[in-house]
Formats: sequence, C-alpha cells, structure tokens
Amino acid sequence: MDSLLDPLVLMANFILVPGLAYGCQLALGALGVTMIYAVLNFSNFSHGEIMSFGTMATILTTYGLQAAGVSLAPLPTALLALPVGIVAAVVLCLLIDRFVFRFYRAQNATSVTYLIVSIGVMFVTGGIIRFIIGPNDRSFQDGARFIFSARDFKSWSGLGEGLALKTSQGITILTTMLAVTAIFWFLNRTRTGKSMRAYADNRDLALLSGIDPDRVVRITWIVTAVLATVAGTLYGLDKSYKPMVYLHLVLPIFAAAIVGGVGNPVGAVAGGFIIAFSELFVTFGYKKVAAYLFGAGVFGDGLLQMLSTDYKLAVSFMILVIVLLVKPTGMFGGKTI
Amino acid sequence: MMPFLSGENMIGGYGGVDILNGCSIAVEAGEIVVVVGPNGAGKSTAMKAIFGMLPLRHGRVSLNGVDITGLAPHQRVACGMAFVPQTHNVFTSMSVEENLEMGAFSLNTPFAETLEQVYGLFPVLAEKRRQPVGELSGGQRQQVAVGRALMTSPKLLLLDEPTAGVSPIVMDELFDRIIGIADRGIAVLMVEQNAKQALSIADRGYLLVQGENRFTDTGAALLANADVRQSFLGG
Amino acid sequence: MTPDAKQGANPSKFAWFAARRTPLLFAGMLMLLAIVGYAQSWNLAFSLLNMCLVSAIMSIGVNMQWGYAGLFNAGVMGFAAVGGLAAVLVSMAPVPEALAAGGAGMLGGLAVALVSFAAGLVLWRRLAGYGRWRYLVVGMVALVGYFSMRALVDPAIGTIEAVDPARTGYLGGLGLPVLWSWLVGGIFAAIIAYFIGKLSLGLRSDYLAIATLGISEIIVYVLKFEDWLTRGVKNVNGLPRPVPYEVDLQAADWFRQLASALGLPLVEASALFVKICYASLFIAVIVALLWFSETALRSPWGRMMRAIRDNETAAAAMGKHVTWRHLQVFVLGSAVIGIAGAMLVTLDGQFTPTSYQPLRFTFLIWVMVIVGGSGNNWGALLGGFVIWFFWIEAEPIGLWLIEALTSPMEPDHWLRLHLIKNAAHTRLITMGLILLLVLRFAPHGLIPERKR
Repeated sequence: MDSLLDPLVLMANFILVPGLAYGCQLALGALGVTMIYAVLNFSNFSHGEIMSFGTMATILTTYGLQAAGVSLAPLPTALLALPVGIVAAVVLCLLIDRFVFRFYRAQNATSVTYLIVSIGVMFVTGGIIRFIIGPNDRSFQDGARFIFSARDFKSWSGLGEGLALKTSQGITILTTMLAVTAIFWFLNRTRTGKSMRAYADNRDLALLSGIDPDRVVRITWIVTAVLATVAGTLYGLDKSYKPMVYLHLVLPIFAAAIVGGVGNPVGAVAGGFIIAFSELFVTFGYKKVAAYLFGAGVFGDGLLQMLSTDYKLAVSFMILVIVLLVKPTGMFGGKTI
Repeated sequence: MMPFLSGENMIGGYGGVDILNGCSIAVEAGEIVVVVGPNGAGKSTAMKAIFGMLPLRHGRVSLNGVDITGLAPHQRVACGMAFVPQTHNVFTSMSVEENLEMGAFSLNTPFAETLEQVYGLFPVLAEKRRQPVGELSGGQRQQVAVGRALMTSPKLLLLDEPTAGVSPIVMDELFDRIIGIADRGIAVLMVEQNAKQALSIADRGYLLVQGENRFTDTGAALLANADVRQSFLGG
Repeated sequence: MTPDAKQGANPSKFAWFAARRTPLLFAGMLMLLAIVGYAQSWNLAFSLLNMCLVSAIMSIGVNMQWGYAGLFNAGVMGFAAVGGLAAVLVSMAPVPEALAAGGAGMLGGLAVALVSFAAGLVLWRRLAGYGRWRYLVVGMVALVGYFSMRALVDPAIGTIEAVDPARTGYLGGLGLPVLWSWLVGGIFAAIIAYFIGKLSLGLRSDYLAIATLGISEIIVYVLKFEDWLTRGVKNVNGLPRPVPYEVDLQAADWFRQLASALGLPLVEASALFVKICYASLFIAVIVALLWFSETALRSPWGRMMRAIRDNETAAAAMGKHVTWRHLQVFVLGSAVIGIAGAMLVTLDGQFTPTSYQPLRFTFLIWVMVIVGGSGNNWGALLGGFVIWFFWIEAEPIGLWLIEALTSPMEPDHWLRLHLIKNAAHTRLITMGLILLLVLRFAPHGLIPERKR
C-alpha cells in the first residue's frame, strides 16, 4: 500500500500542486485575452505587459507598505497592495484604449492592424515598466512561506515522500476560484454581462438593441486589467518578478486561450490547466516514480523525461501549434477563424 | 384621418444615387401592409428609411401624427417602432430567453410580463427557452428574431423579408404568427420577396418599381389584378 | 491625401521634393550615418551601416510575405536562427572524434525519425474517414517513433558532447567556404518555411502570426539546448570569414602604405577596411536581391500576386490557386530571411543561440517594414536603415537628452540617477512610439507603394 502512496505523493508534489497553481495563473491570463478577443476581435500582444504593469504597481506599493511597517502576516503584504495595482492597470488600459485603439475602431480596421498596433503598445509599455522599476529580478513575498511544508507532511503521514503547499500556491488557487466564479456570474447572470456577450456575438444586432458599444468596450478593458493584474501578481508571488518574464508568458497564455477556444471563457480556464499540466507531465523526470513502482534501474540510468526541463515553455507552443492545425476553433469551440 | 405610420414622398439613397424616387407608404394600427416589387425596386431601402437607417433627401415620416423624420433609429424604438433585420437577426450563442431579454435591453424596465406574452405568441420558443439559438431550425430562429423585436412592446413592427430562405411550411407558420401579432393591434409593415403568399395575408399592399409606387391596393385586389399578376407575380 | 494634393505656399517646390521623395530619404539616411561618423566614430558608422544592410535584407524578406501576400510572419527570429545555423554547419571544421563517437547513433535516430514520420503521413492519408481512430493510430506511431529515436540518439548525444566540451563538444560542420553558407541558410529557411506554410497557411492572419511565433520559439529552443548540434549556450566562436582578418592586414606591407597615405592609424584603418569589405559584399547581395525582386514584380507572376493580394476572392474565382501562390511567397520571403541570418552570423563571427529574441528580431523587423512602407522593396530597405539606426542611436541620444533635461538637478539626485541608469530602456519606448505614430498618421509608411 505504502509503495503506491509514495510515487503518488511524489507526483502530487511536483505535478499536481504546481500544475494547479500555474494553471490558475494561466487561466486568469487567458480569460483576459479571450475577453478582448471576443469583444474587440483581436489578439492583444500587449497583454503580458499589462500584467507586468499591474504587478509592478503592486510591488511598488508593497515596498511602500513594508517600509511603513504594515504587514498582513501570515499572508503576503502584496494582497493589501493588490487593489492599487489593479487601479493602475485599469487606468493604463483605459488610456491605451482611448488614445490608441479607439481610432482604429472608428476605421473598422482589420484584426492584423490591431495586432501590429498592440505590438507598438507592447514596446512602449514594456519600456515604461523597465524605466520605472528596472529590468532586474525582484522578490516581494513576505509572510509565511508554506501552509504546510514537505517535512510537516512527512511527519504527519509517515511516508518517505513529502508534499508541500506554499502560501502563494494556496492563495493562487483560492483567488482564482473566486475570480472565475465572479466572472461567470457576471457574464451569465447580470444584464451588463449578457449585453457584453451579445455584443461579442453580433455587434450590429447589439447596437440595434440599444447596447452602448463604448460602455461594453470600457467594461471589457476594466475586467481584463483586473484579471491581468491578479494573474501577474500571483505569478510574481509564486516565482518572482522580472519584466522580461511576462513577454514569455504571453505565449502560454495565448496557447491556453486558443486551445480552449478563443472567445470562450470556459475554454480559457480549461485551456490554462491543460497547458500547465501538459508542461509538467511532459518534462517531469519519472525516474523516481519508476523506481518506486518497478524497482530502481529497471529502465536504465536516465531521468526518464519525455523532454528535458529546458523545453517547458516549448511544450505549450507545441500544443498550441497542434491545436491550431488540428482543431483551430479549440476544444470548447470559440470564434471561428 | 392621418394613418398611424406614414412615409410620404420619400426621396433618398446611398451616396449620390437615389434609390427612392418619391414613394409613399402608410400603415394603420392592426393592419398588415406588404411591400413587394422586383429586385432593386427599393423595398428594403424604403423600410430602412422608415426606420431611420437611411437619410432622406426629401419627404417625411410620421408616427401617430408626430413627425419623426429627424430621429435616429434608437429614438424611433423609444417611440414604439421595432425592426427585424433580414439576416444575422439573433444572437446565436445565447439562449432563446437571453435573446428575448436583449430585445428588451433598451427599455431597462421589468419585462417578465412581455416575455410571457411573447411565449404565448410563440409557444415553441417557450419549450426551448434555455437552448442556444444556434441549435434551432431556420424557422424557429426567425420566430426568435421576431419575438426579440416584440420585447419592446412596439406599436409598429417592421419585418425585412422574414421568410427569405425558409421552406413553404415554415413560411405558412410564420405568416400565421404575424397575423396573430396584427390581431393584437400592432401595425405590421413587411417587405417580402414571396409576393403571392405575402399578399394573401395582407390588408393592403404596395408594389414598388424603381423607388416609386406603381400599384397600391388591398392585398386581394392586387392578387386579382391581371397586370400585377402578369408582370410581377409570374402569372 | 497625397502630398501632391497639398496646397503649400510654393506648391511647385513641394511637388519637386515629393516626386523625388525616395532618393531624398535615402540621401538623408546616409547623411545621418555620416554625422555619426564625424560625431562619434567612423568605425561605428560602418558597423551601423553593415547591421542596417543585414536588417534591410530581413525586412525585404518579411515585406515579400506581407506586401505581396498579406501574410503576417511573426517567426522571423526562427528563420534568422536557422540561417545562422547554416553558417555553422557549412563553414566550421568537422570534429572527427565526435563524428566517430556518435555519428552512427545520430544517423540511426534520424533514420528512425524519418521512417516513422513517413509512416505517420501515409497512415494519416489512408485512415481519413476513420475519425478518432486516425488520431489514435498516428499518435501511437508518433510516440513509438519518438521513443525509439530517443533510445538510439540519447547515448550518441552523450558521447558527442563528451568530446572536449570546452572547445568542441559537438559535431562540427562541413568545413566549406563560408559564402556557401549564405545560400545554404536560405535553403534551410526555405525548407522549414515550406513545412510551416503547408501546415498553417490556411489560418487567419493573427492565428498565422501566433503559429509562426510559436514555431520559431520551438526552433530557437532546439538550437539553445541541443549542444551536440550547436554547442548550445556555449556558442560557436571563430567562424571563418570571407574577408581578411585585421591582424593580417596590419602585417601586410601594401596595407601599411595605404594607411599612412590616408593618414589613418593602422589599427583603426584595418578595422575600417574589414567593415568596408563586408559592406561591399552585403551591398552586392542587396543589389542582386532587388534586381530579382523588381523583375519578378514587373512580370506576369508579380501582377498575379498583386491581384491575389488586392482581391483574393475574385482571384480565387478566376481559378488562381491562391494557397499555392501564398506558399511560394512565404517560402521565398523566408529564404531571404535565412540568407540574412547567415550573413549576420558571418559578420559577428559567432553563433549565439541566446541572442535570438522575439523583440530584437521579429518585432523590430516588423517595425522596419511598417515604417518603411509595406508593399515595396525600397520602403523595406529604407525602413531597415532608419529603424536599426534609431534602435542603436536611441540609447546615446536618450542618455544625452535625459542628462540635458536633468542638468538643473543636483548631480546625485535620486531621480536623476535613476533616470540615467534606466536611460537604455527609452529605446523600447521610442520604437513603440515610432510604430504607433506611423500606423496612425502615415500608415503607408515613409515610401508608399506606387500604383502600377
């Protein structure tokens, strides 16, 4: 009995728990991307920088709070600073929409034009962020590091393998559940949310029905900014903050949104977990698990990885490419290409 | 007495070219009026002009005695008009009930009673109220489209080719429903390509050619008119 | 509104400038480079020129795909990297011990991979109509093929990388003259573009962008982590070059005489000479490229491509095989990018997989294409020059600007220090602003496409 539990706990520690946390972060990011795609009909390449901006504002506020001696222990102080970060990101998005994207809406520009414009926005926002906070790695976590550590688990269970749950992981999962519930309630049960879905579905008919397009667009950006900041901050708490990272996160996030079906909120959330778990499953070294199940050295000396850990991000791209080629509307059906 | 809806001597078009060359259309409350004519006659254009989606160079539109020529479409909706476009007239990803809800969006008032009335008119929609409209048949979708427009409790309903591309049985059913709507006192103005069938349920009909009134009479009279039958109804 | 329609105080004078816009813009660009030569250094100016030339070629390649076929290729980075790989594989000396140690294993693995790929393809076609089963069967074949290949290849990789890892640790190249690699770079890129195109050209533009971005990231990953092929992050240094070495020039009599005749210090003169040699080679490539391109544009093929771009549905209705034409353009444009990638690595003298970043390659080249004027080669050329120039010069200019603006502050005011430390990032902001402003106010770029 024990010999089955050990490999299970091992996999839970290195795949299940990190996968849940990373999946939550991707899901929140993908939700933002998918909403912009559904309502404004373009792929927003600057989404990573929006996440970065919101997180930066949160970090700076956290530093200020920490200097002032404010603490939320055992929870990270960043949670207190998060509303400030959210407000900063919302203001940024509304300004960008007003001064950049609005012009192209009036022109009925093609989605490629928006894409190129969003690249420009990505450059400018990225530059501003690095200008303000510099390009270096920053850690801003404080409070208790673990909800329970591997050692705690081992002493409680008596097993050889330990399972740890970091505070940041626990917060991530909890926050994501709250956020996703709130978003779905908003979209499916409120008049405003339904009007946004209607606008995304059939713009002309929505206008005919008296739905105010400016209001829909504004709310979309606000919701996206909130999701982006929360996702970025949770990711930064879990790992660390470095402006460069968010450029690389954009691709798994887009992968998640497209795999689930772009424009489809359920798909975005599911896609986030699919991508996260795939990355972990494919690059995990099954050597120890095989040792538990079949005895050591049965499969040779290697780590027994499908792909080396270096290729983690590449896995999400591969899945993305495969989905784009096999079923471009995604697993849950999104906007058709 | 002034007709309930009156579009008088309308002249206008897209860009520099006039499509309407002085046509007039009138509808009374509870009447079904059908506009027919060959392709390019300006039928849909006349309807768009009445709804305010086309600027008129000359002529006027009045509803219940009030001149509404200068009003934008959403303002005309507030005055009691409703418009059902020919295509893309439903939210395919949303359920039947959500579509009807969106129909009442511009009013921002409680709509439960109106919803029940619409379900009364279209019982099949009540059955399928939670289904996404994209899963319904063509005829059922058209019912959703019309029901959506009725959610503002309009006094005048404009329908742009409601039976385009549906089978004859579905067409009959749709026309039955439209008669039911007119029976409740709502004025119905309909542009139709299936002229014969439409005229058979019409109280009055207008035959437009090149943006002008060519024949105006009761539905039955137009059907009986040999000239009309010969030239426009295929004998 | 064309400039010719503008009413100025002297309409005829303005029209004179407008009609000669293209040569004037190029002249202006060359003047900027000359200013750098005077104000900073001539070596810097020629370095800039060479990089401008290479960037311009990449920009021309991208422009072929965008301007002729409306294809948004966000995978420029991958094609450039593959071109660079060609430079390594063609011109570096082979490593006999590595080949002896692991060559057989690699070949075996490659054979297995090819066989399973072919089997997978055949099965895919044969099983069309079997729905889910098809995916299952082909998936199994792929998995079995993959793991068999790994079984053969992993030990081989281990032995190859163990051969003198500090100096080699990889298979090496063919030891052929380096100029061949420019051609081979184009061919590598073309082959990869063919497969990518076959698979993804049916997708909508922004999906194509994401797909190409993803595939190019995968390519760069492979180049970064497969040490047996590319030495990975250890880089490949000492690539052979097609021009003389500075030390050889400094030792040569004829050169010493030339340098003293011109009144230049020897070291600086040798560096300049090398750069000018490269520039001549690059210009030759550009001239050949432009000649091919302009000829193609004027030909019936070019007219057909533009017809397809301007109205795809009509062209398809006329029986033109649109996707096949798009594939042609995609392959050609990528080949050009590959050539430029090989040229870049030759110029640098080293292959650095970690230098292939999406920002520096894909996105920057796109700014070049947009700002220069999409749809025409001269625009792409000018765009390459202008944007690369400002990408490099934005840092010193930005620094100078910030120092000037903050000069009234005390020298160690925290804001001033912070601004000066982060001045480097102003170039990201500058690039982004240039792109946004051009897209908004001059969407046809500096050199709009002429109507033919």
